[in-house]
Amino acid sequence: MTSQRAHQRTNVVWLGSPSFPEAAKPLLRDEQLRSNLRRATGTIRERRLAVTGELDDWEELRTAGEAVKRRTLRHLDHYLEQLEASVVRAGGQVHWAADAEEANRIVTRLVRETGEREVVKVKSMATQEIGLNEALAEAGIDAYETDLAELIVQLADDRPSHILVPAIHRNRAEIREIFTAAMGRYGRPAPEDLTDDPAALAEAARLHLREKFLRAKVAVSGANFASADTGTVAVVESEGNGRMCLTLPETLITVMGIEKVVPAFSDLEIFLQLLPRSSTGERMNPYTSLWTGTTEGDGPSTFHLVLLDNGRTATLADATGRQALACIRCSACLNVCPVYERTGGHAYGSVYPGPIGAVLTPQLVGVENAASLPFASTLCGACYDACPVKIDIPEVLTHLRAQAVESRRARRKVPSAEALVMKAAAAVFATPGRLAAAQKAAGLGGRFLGDTVSRLPGPLSGWSDARDAPVPPRESFRAWWERTEGGTDEEER
Amino acid sequence: MRIALFLTCFNDTVYPQTGKAVVRLLRRLGHEVDFPPAQTCCGQMHFNTGYRPEIVPMLRRFTEVFGGYEAVVAPSPSCVGMVRHEFPVVARQYGDNALREAVDAVVPRVHELSEFLVDELKVTDVGAYYPHRVTYHPTCHSLRGLRSGDRPLRLLREVRGIDLVELPEAESCCGFGGTFALKNAATSTAMLADKMTCVRETGAEVLSAADNSCLMHIGGGLTRLSSGVRSVHLAEILASTEEDR
Ligand code: SF4
Repeated sequence: MTSQRAHQRTNVVWLGSPSFPEAAKPLLRDEQLRSNLRRATGTIRERRLAVTGELDDWEELRTAGEAVKRRTLRHLDHYLEQLEASVVRAGGQVHWAADAEEANRIVTRLVRETGEREVVKVKSMATQEIGLNEALAEAGIDAYETDLAELIVQLADDRPSHILVPAIHRNRAEIREIFTAAMGRYGRPAPEDLTDDPAALAEAARLHLREKFLRAKVAVSGANFASADTGTVAVVESEGNGRMCLTLPETLITVMGIEKVVPAFSDLEIFLQLLPRSSTGERMNPYTSLWTGTTEGDGPSTFHLVLLDNGRTATLADATGRQALACIRCSACLNVCPVYERTGGHAYGSVYPGPIGAVLTPQLVGVENAASLPFASTLCGACYDACPVKIDIPEVLTHLRAQAVESRRARRKVPSAEALVMKAAAAVFATPGRLAAAQKAAGLGGRFLGDTVSRLPGPLSGWSDARDAPVPPRESFRAWWERTEGGTDEEER
Repeated sequence: MRIALFLTCFNDTVYPQTGKAVVRLLRRLGHEVDFPPAQTCCGQMHFNTGYRPEIVPMLRRFTEVFGGYEAVVAPSPSCVGMVRHEFPVVARQYGDNALREAVDAVVPRVHELSEFLVDELKVTDVGAYYPHRVTYHPTCHSLRGLRSGDRPLRLLREVRGIDLVELPEAESCCGFGGTFALKNAATSTAMLADKMTCVRETGAEVLSAADNSCLMHIGGGLTRLSSGVRSVHLAEILASTEEDR
């Protein structure tokens, strides 16, 4: 079953992605990337701390958000059925997609039925997850990203590297070059004298996109939330481009992960406070769009909601791991993660990078298909402290590490080198006698080596490439304790 | 109070001086200290690398060895974190009823050194003397794992002769993370480099922390650079007195 799962959900993980440590290496050497990231995450981090600090009920809000999400996940089937009924009542149509392939088939069919050959898109991670743009292209339909950062990624034929700021790895000069080189291929070209001034870049994007908004008859969107009781769908964004997509076209197709449902419209009050403060360090989202089905003479006359599973119910079945589904995609955990800050998002080989990606991706695709990701963390805990819905990411990380080891054990007849080391270590720790003997052996080695070791053998050499390793002293504490009768016989070594 | 020292396998083997410092310090404060020699390891390395079933015998041993003591003190926030937060998880996942109960009984009596001094013994001035320029790295397991807060700094501020200087970006991880430093050596090294830059900016001669594993990592980098900065465990600073000079 697992390999079939992987086959159906390859888009969560980019095909052919190397393991995290391999993918990280060239990225770590990219000084431009490091400095772009450091500046960007540093700025957002400070802004976030400032605006979360100014609310005296911030912790209560987090607790409330966590509680709503946990309750939703416990009764997900109930809320989803309620959502479906509400959307239909409001004039929308609901489609259920078990996996990426089915979702892509549904959306392609819906676009075809309109007779159109192009769609505008407002930032949606769910459609990235399923590879919708590629599927539409195969069907001869052009999909245009309208979120500024998404546009940059699309024009550069690049991959997103951040949940909220997909082009965070690019600086202004790089963006100018991308616009100049690629805009003309997709529509209105960039002005010839384009500078890397942010206002000039934004204006070029605006002119380029406006042409598309005014022409498009079909839009595809994601969803941040959908309330089960009213069938209202919510999208939050910073630029207003999404609002154009949500109001101008005749047909709107929303693709939404099933975990995005919340029980009641009134719950939005919690999340619309938690999200902007955690994500961009703003008090309020610049643009929050809410729509309920269709309304005659106002906005799209046809509305489709595609509810996407793609590994989510499998994730839901794991009592510890399921908390990853509570994620509201604020990206706070990315911005505080010391590993993400050094490597950037591409190292994670997935649409979902950073700490949340490290726990979500392996669950969506099966842990054996992304086994290096749960280990791409020092377990420093900064993500847990930052998460507005209190997802205990370190807890899920170690939980998935255990699953990764178990799945490897089940598949391999011969234990890995690591498994042998762990087994041997466990045997040493089984009795104090064995531990003492091992210490003695280590201490003997030390006599020949001096105080530090600058080159360790084999798999340990990665360590000694950058640090001197200490040499165990001749006498362990327990040997000293025994020799001096609890330190009473001799004060010092 | 009859206190058991849980030194942790790593300190026992590589940093015995830290254990000796804890013994000296607690005895100086008037307490009986015992080192139950049957102790081995908390299983943190196995836990963090994903080898959970292997930990069960270590868990059992820990409860047998330390079950009878009023207080258990360890100079290692990460090992105390393992006991406090993960022992119950493993016991529930793999243990029998008796083991679960034994774990639940012992866990509340296990303390990290700085917590123990400040919260249980209610001292911050331990009568130490340490005439050096020192900067302190709070380590993730102390800061976010145990929520030790400023307890270590409160202890250090009372040390006579010390010149305590603030470490820039103190709360960011040094990149050790146990087997992370092996599995993701390149990323770990990048994090270490930034941490060392911060340490060197302070002009301190001594880098201190409450966990020898992070100190081994940062200190190993600092000696590689011949930086002249020594790394010294918090316990060793607190155990130092004027007579030692
Ligand atoms: S896991 Fe938490 S912090 Fe990270 S993106 Fe999701 S909600 Fe935000």
